[in-house]
Amino acid sequence: MLNAKFDLMPESAPSLRSHILVSNHEMRPLAAGALYWEAEDTLLVADLHLEKGAAFAALGMLLPPYDTRTTLERLHKVIRAVTPSRVVALGDSFHRSHLAESLAEDDLAMLIRLQQGREWYWICGNHDPHLPTCIGGTVCTTLTICGVTLRHEPSENGLAREIAGHLHPVARIARRGSVIRRRCFATDGNRLIMPAFGAYAGGLNVLDEAFGSLFLRNQLEAWMMGRADVYPVLGSLLLPG
Amino acid sequence: MARPYELAAFLVPHKGQTTTRLAEIVTAREGAKADISILKSRVELPWAGHSARYALPEIYETIRAHRMSLMFVNTRSQAEMLFHELWRYNDENLAIALHHGSLDVAQRRKVEAAMVAGKLRAVVCTSTLDLGIDWGDVDLVINVGAPKGASRLAQRIGHANHRLDEPSKALLVPANRFEVVECQAALEAAEEGAQDTPPSRPGALDVLSQHVLGTACAGTFDPHRLYREVVSASPYQGLTREGFDKVVEFVTTGGYALANYERYARLKRTPDGRYRVAHPRIAQQYRLNVGTIVEAPMVRVRLARLKGGALKPASMLAPSRVLGEVEEYFIEQLMPGDSFVFAGEILRFEGWRELDAIVTRAHTTEPKVPSYEGGKFPLSTYLAERVRLLLAEPDSWSRLPDQVSDWLRFQADVSVVPGPDEILVETFPRGKRHYLVCYPFEGRLAHQSLGMLLTRRLERAGAAPLGFVANEYALAIWGLNDMGEMVRTGRLDLAKLFDEDMLGDDLDAWFASSSLMKRSFRVCAIISGLIERRYPGQEKTGRQMTVSSDLIYDVLRQHEPDHILLRAAFADAATGLIDVGRLNRFLQRIRGRIRHIALSQVSPLAVPVMLEIGRESVPGEASETLLRETAEELIVEALSGHAQRKV
Repeated sequence: MLNAKFDLMPESAPSLRSHILVSNHEMRPLAAGALYWEAEDTLLVADLHLEKGAAFAALGMLLPPYDTRTTLERLHKVIRAVTPSRVVALGDSFHRSHLAESLAEDDLAMLIRLQQGREWYWICGNHDPHLPTCIGGTVCTTLTICGVTLRHEPSENGLAREIAGHLHPVARIARRGSVIRRRCFATDGNRLIMPAFGAYAGGLNVLDEAFGSLFLRNQLEAWMMGRADVYPVLGSLLLPG
Repeated sequence: MARPYELAAFLVPHKGQTTTRLAEIVTAREGAKADISILKSRVELPWAGHSARYALPEIYETIRAHRMSLMFVNTRSQAEMLFHELWRYNDENLAIALHHGSLDVAQRRKVEAAMVAGKLRAVVCTSTLDLGIDWGDVDLVINVGAPKGASRLAQRIGHANHRLDEPSKALLVPANRFEVVECQAALEAAEEGAQDTPPSRPGALDVLSQHVLGTACAGTFDPHRLYREVVSASPYQGLTREGFDKVVEFVTTGGYALANYERYARLKRTPDGRYRVAHPRIAQQYRLNVGTIVEAPMVRVRLARLKGGALKPASMLAPSRVLGEVEEYFIEQLMPGDSFVFAGEILRFEGWRELDAIVTRAHTTEPKVPSYEGGKFPLSTYLAERVRLLLAEPDSWSRLPDQVSDWLRFQADVSVVPGPDEILVETFPRGKRHYLVCYPFEGRLAHQSLGMLLTRRLERAGAAPLGFVANEYALAIWGLNDMGEMVRTGRLDLAKLFDEDMLGDDLDAWFASSSLMKRSFRVCAIISGLIERRYPGQEKTGRQMTVSSDLIYDVLRQHEPDHILLRAAFADAATGLIDVGRLNRFLQRIRGRIRHIALSQVSPLAVPVMLEIGRESVPGEASETLLRETAEELIVEALSGHAQRKV
C-alpha cells in the first residue's frame, strides 16, 4: 500500500513563490489582502469601503457599525508588520465621500495615527470622488511609481502597466470535490487587480465578464488569500461562478 | 396528537407568565386502522442509495391497480429521479405527474388542477403536498424512502381515503436496507398509534422583531400594551419585559452596544411615549420583506438550445425557457459538463449567464444526480430509538426480510453490529481518502453537529479531515491521513475524541466558522429586517448593493458576540441545525463503550452513509492544504513550459 502521507502531503513540497512580478517589479502579496512593494517601501490596499455599514444604516438597514473599526484594525496589523514609509489606498476607501466627515472620533484618531511617520495617498474611487481634508493624507486621482500607474478603476488599455482595485476579485477552485472561494490578487504580469480590503466588501469572480479583456488570458494568475499564505493559482484551474 | 396540552395552550391567550390556560380538549373516537404494508420486492434490495429504482416495476404495477396514487418522496432530487424513471416504464402512458417546490409555479398549478379533476393516475411529490389540503380522490399513498417519523407517516397516509371509518391504504417502499429497518419500526409504531411530533419551541426573536416593526408600520404602538399582547401568546409567554425592550431597541437602532445609529433610527418616540416609523420608506421596505419563510439563495435554471448540435461555450448558446430554480450552492458545486436531473429531464450544466445557470439537454442515461437540499426532515428521536433496538436484537431480525437480516449477519461477520449502548467506529481507506465511520443512530441533526465537532478535533490531531456526511444512522468523516493507523499507533485516542467536553469550547469555537451558523444567521437577518431579500430583477446590481450576510456575521461576532441577532441565530441553529441536547445524551451513553474496528474496505453497514448526499465542508487546514496543492500544480506546469512562454 502506498504511504498515504508521502502520496498526499509530500513533505519536500516546493515552496511557494512569494512575489508577483508586475511589469518586472517584484511585489509581495500579503495574506491580509495588502500588497507590499519592497523596493519602494510602499504598501498598497484597495477598496477599504470604510463606513459602508453607516451608508446602509442611512437607507434603513442597520448593519453592525463595527466594519470601519474591523477594517482599520486589520490595516493597523499590516502596517505594524511591514512599517512602510508610504501607504497608497487605491480608491473606494470610503463607501460614500461625505461619510468620511462623520467618522467616529476614535476611528478618525486611529486613522491619523496610522499615517504618522509615513506618506499617505488616497486615490479617488467611484464611491469617494470628493474626500475631505480632515482624514489627512494626499488626495489624488492616479499615482505613478517607477512607471507603474496606481489607479482605482483599471484602464481600457489592454497592456497597461498598472495596479488597480474596484473589481473586488475572488477566485474559485475545485479540488477533490471541495470548492474553495477566496479573495485574490489577479494578474497577468502587466496589470494587477487588488482584492478588496474592507470588512463589508463583497467579491466578484475573476472570470466574470466585468474583467473582460483586462488580462492576457493565457497568463492570468490568481493569487488566492489563505490563512497565512497567498497561493498562486494558474488561470486555467479557476472556476466561474 | 403527540402532546395535546401543548396545542391546547397554543390556541388561547394567556394572562401573565405564570398562569397557563388551556383550550378545551375533545377526544375523538378512534378511526379505522390504516392498512399499511411494506413492499415485498421480488428483486434484490439495494445496499445503499435513495432512488428506490429497484422497485419501479412493482410500483408501476401498483399504480396501475389503483385509481389515483400519491407517491411521497423525501427530497426533490428523489422526486426528479423517480418521475424520470417511472416514465421509462410507462408503456401505457398513464398520466403520471411531478410536483415539488422548485418547479415553476405555473407548472405546479397545472398539476394541482389535473389532480382535482381526476385526470391523473399518479403524482410524484415532495412535502409540498404533505399538509392538509385534499387533492382529489386518492385511493393509495405510496411512501418512498424513510418514513422519518411516526406522526409524519400518519399525516401522509391520511391523504388516502378521507372517511374516518374506512381504512386509508398505504404502501411503504424502502429505498435501501437501512430504510427497511426504519419502515418496519414505523409500521410497528403506526399499529400502536404512537405519535412523535417534535415539541414546539419558544418564540423566535427575529420573528418578534418583524412583528414589532410591522406593528409600527400599521400605526403607532404603545410598548406596554404591545408587550402585554405579545406575552399573551403561548410561544412568547416566557419573554421578559427586558427581553422585549431589547427587541424594540434592535428594531429602532440595531441594538448595538456602540450607539452610532441614533440619527438613522427606524422608529421615533412620540411625546406620549408611543413608537412610530421614522420615514415612509421604512414601511415600504417592511412590506417588501415581510414573511418568515426564507429560501436559500436560488438561481434560475435556463435551458439553452444547442444550435447545430455542436458543443459551444455557454456564452454562444441561445437561452430559452426557465425550467425552475435550484439552490445556488448546489450549482456552485458543478463543473461545466456535469449532468444532473431537473424538471424531469437530464440536463448538462454549461455555465453561467449573469445569474442564470445555463443548461442543455444531455444525451446521457446516467446523470450525476442532484444533491441539492438533501432530506429536510430528520429521523424522529422516537423512531431512531426503535430502529436502534430492532438492530441490536438479533432475535428481532426475523421480522425483517431475509435480504436485510442476511445483510446484518454479513456485517456481523466482517465487522460487528453495534449493541444497544455501544458505538461502533470503523476506519478504512477508499480512493485517495481515509474514512472514519461511526453509528450513533441519533438522527441527522445530532450527527451533523457531531461531524462538525469531530472534524475540528481530528484537525487538531493532525488527521487533516476534508469533510463529512451524516445520515440518520451514521456519520462518515474523510481525511487525508489514515485515522485507523493513528488509533493503532496511539496518535489518536477515540475516548478523548468522543469526550463530552467537545460540547464546551469546541462547540463554541465551531460557531465562529460554521457555515451552518452563517446560514442560520442569514435567515434571522432577513426575517428581522437587518438585510433585505433579493428579488427578481435586482440580481444584476445585487453584488454591489448588498452586503453578504457572512461578512456581517464575522464582524458582529467579533465585536458583539452577545448581540440579540446572534442569540436568535443560535436558538434557531440549536433546534434546527444542531441538536446539542440529543448529542449530550449520546456522548454520556457511549462513554467507555467505543468499539473500534479497522477494516481494509467499506463494511456492509457503512455503504448507505458513504453514498449519502449533502455535506458540510471543513474550513481550515484542509482547505489550506488543497490551496497549496493547487498552487504546486502551477509550479509543475511552470516547469513544463508555461513560464518560458511568459518571458
